[in-house]
Amino acid sequence: MAVRDPLADPVRFIDERTAAAPLLRKSLRYLFPDHWSFLLGEVALYCFVVLIATGTYLALFYDPSNAHTVYHGAYAPLDGRPMSGAYYSVLNLSLSTQAGLLMRQTHHWAADVFIAAMVVHLMRVFFTGAFRKPRELTWLIGLGLLTISLLEGYLGYSLIDDLLSGIGLAIGYGVGLSIPIIGGPVIQGIFGAPFPGKTEFFSRMYIMHVFILPALLATLIAVHLALIALRHHTQFKESKRTTQKRIVGAPMFPAQMPRSLGLMFLVAGLLFLLGGLVQINPIWQWGPFEPWLSENGAQPDWYLGWLIGALRLMPSFDVTVGNYTLIPNPFWGGVVFPGFVFTLLGAFPWIERKLSGDRRVHNLADRPRDAPNRTAFGVMLLSWVFLIFMFGAADRILVLWGLSYNIQLNLFRVGIWLVPGILFFVTRRWCMALQAADRLEHTREQAEERMRERMRAPATRS
Amino acid sequence: MKLGHWIVAALAFLFGRRQKHNAEEVAEELADDGGRGPEDRDPETGRLVPPGSPDRAAENVVLLLLVLAMLAGAGFIVVYAMYKAPVLPNELLGICMGVALVSIGAALTIVGKRLVVTEELEEDYPTADPEEQAKIVETVRDSGSRFTRKRLLLTAGAGAGGALGLAALTPVLSLGPIWDTAPLERTPWYRGRRIVDDKGRPIAAADIEQKTFYDGFAEGWSKEDLSSLLIIIRLDPSELHLPAGRSGWAPRGILAYSKICTHAGCAIELYRKPTFPTVEPEPAFVCPCHYSTFNPADGAQVIFGPAGRPLPQLPVMIDGAGNLRSAGNFSARVGPSWWGVRFRPSTEHE
Repeated sequence: MAVRDPLADPVRFIDERTAAAPLLRKSLRYLFPDHWSFLLGEVALYCFVVLIATGTYLALFYDPSNAHTVYHGAYAPLDGRPMSGAYYSVLNLSLSTQAGLLMRQTHHWAADVFIAAMVVHLMRVFFTGAFRKPRELTWLIGLGLLTISLLEGYLGYSLIDDLLSGIGLAIGYGVGLSIPIIGGPVIQGIFGAPFPGKTEFFSRMYIMHVFILPALLATLIAVHLALIALRHHTQFKESKRTTQKRIVGAPMFPAQMPRSLGLMFLVAGLLFLLGGLVQINPIWQWGPFEPWLSENGAQPDWYLGWLIGALRLMPSFDVTVGNYTLIPNPFWGGVVFPGFVFTLLGAFPWIERKLSGDRRVHNLADRPRDAPNRTAFGVMLLSWVFLIFMFGAADRILVLWGLSYNIQLNLFRVGIWLVPGILFFVTRRWCMALQAADRLEHTREQAEERMRERMRAPATRS
Repeated sequence: MKLGHWIVAALAFLFGRRQKHNAEEVAEELADDGGRGPEDRDPETGRLVPPGSPDRAAENVVLLLLVLAMLAGAGFIVVYAMYKAPVLPNELLGICMGVALVSIGAALTIVGKRLVVTEELEEDYPTADPEEQAKIVETVRDSGSRFTRKRLLLTAGAGAGGALGLAALTPVLSLGPIWDTAPLERTPWYRGRRIVDDKGRPIAAADIEQKTFYDGFAEGWSKEDLSSLLIIIRLDPSELHLPAGRSGWAPRGILAYSKICTHAGCAIELYRKPTFPTVEPEPAFVCPCHYSTFNPADGAQVIFGPAGRPLPQLPVMIDGAGNLRSAGNFSARVGPSWWGVRFRPSTEHE
């Protein structure tokens, strides 16, 4: 007669039906190197969890319709205004549905933090060289995740159909049309008609935002995590025991699991506090979108700031032959610029292999100073993108500090080339100086150790 | 929000340091000899997970946090039930949900850092296995030994797969009509069509004043059609330097241009007039998206910003009743530029 055991009984039940006990035991004892910077990717993962949960709630109330209606709801200033069914439903969700605004604002904050965490995680992986063999595939999938997330975020706020999001869609339409040769057909395919598009266009955005792209993200996240688990994390050279061949860390159970779950709850908690207490995208203030309206000082969510900066920074020209337009202007800032940055990042593991001739497997993460050329290149690329991002806010800088937009334009047109170039050499020198300091420190420690031995030796003898 | 930050800060202060000490101590104990693997028993006690000393203080904090989470969770339900639209307690709901989640997160973090057994284990990194690779290749290769015309079959298979794949993708073409880009070039304008305001009323030429701008639409046409949308202003006729061939396009100095920016398709919603002679010498249309700026006096040539071509101009005439009508079609195609746009003149809907 078996004794009832609340732990052993379920374990037996599962193993008798799956024969998975060896696999489970191995997973419980999977090793995690202990370093705070390895949690950045987890923050992004848990933002994704919050996005799925809050987004599902929002989808229960949202109406993907651009049919014309007239508003008669809780928000008096918009009473009697013609608007789309989509905007009407988001107004109701925000202002007349209990917990609706909390969910919408938490969803929006989670999206902004999700992409921020991914970007910082990408920087961590880049500057520690964790993308090197054998982890190039993990790196590529991570870049894919970031690309899809940018599109997913853009579609998310476009679905609301307020004045701000409508302007964003108009720009997306302009950038799409600017693609040489295929721009017209692609845009006709997506929008179904010239902007603002057929009624079906909102259903198309909606299915992309709530099903196709999230399913793609979830699948790629699963592959990303599986690839990490198969090859294990990189680790820093922290003691004699951490080597290219041996990984040192805390096991998934009991140490890592509560910490990681704790992080999930902390991330979710902070996002809900933000969603409850810090207003984001007050859509009732923007009003409904109409194609003949726009507003001054419009800014997208932060993660598209680099693209608006690039669009604004481009000098005025279309590439033409006689009377024939070949490449319209938005193509450079809206397509070529992000395409170049992502292609360069994607190719970087192979570029570095080619330049350094280093084809070995790397399980030890570099400190940024250990690879001065890579670090300097990363700082150069990052500062280039960041300056272009900053120029996207030049109109806000004008309003805040009165610095003329034209002066800023000229400064940035020079600065985006000059500053990253200077930073490349400064960073490189800095890394080498830190390396020299490390060597000096090491030599001094060795000398001190020898001295101590010598001092100790006669004392023990006497 | 503040509370959450304080808890996190306090946690980081309390446990961040201690953790480091532990790691150093453990590292010293296991200095050089191999170290325990994740599935090994502890050499001293023979246990799979070695024992540790209890920490009642940490347990108390965890208990406290779990009670707090319970209260906050219950608080969420109470707040939800207490308020009804239109007074929605967004902040209170957020605080309750946030505090409940942060408390559980903090409790779990303390459990992970202070209460469960802390081990630092090591094992070999997984490596590539050339023998296994060779066996996979051998398995696949040997499995095909009965085929006599392998290449032909593979080619036929690729052809069948490709045809099926293309067939499966073909219905996507219905999304457009993708090949019909003519709608991008049509406009509702022809000689004599009335220009109306946003309520559908005719616009009297006498009502058009200087130093401001008016929205115009094609009468009886969808206001959502980009090619219907106009920006109308009035300038002193002596200020105009319109391109050749546009004489008579601006009776009494009234000018109509497409309202859609030729850069990325936003609406021109800023009109810079009056001007400030030293800084801004001319009246100008400005698109607020990327600050493309056009000079209405000379046919809306680009004077600043990224746009690559002028705004299309619509010739205006004044009918017998003194109202505005179009005197023809736009001077160029409306909307953001695309492949070949300059070459193609606008065409009328009909």
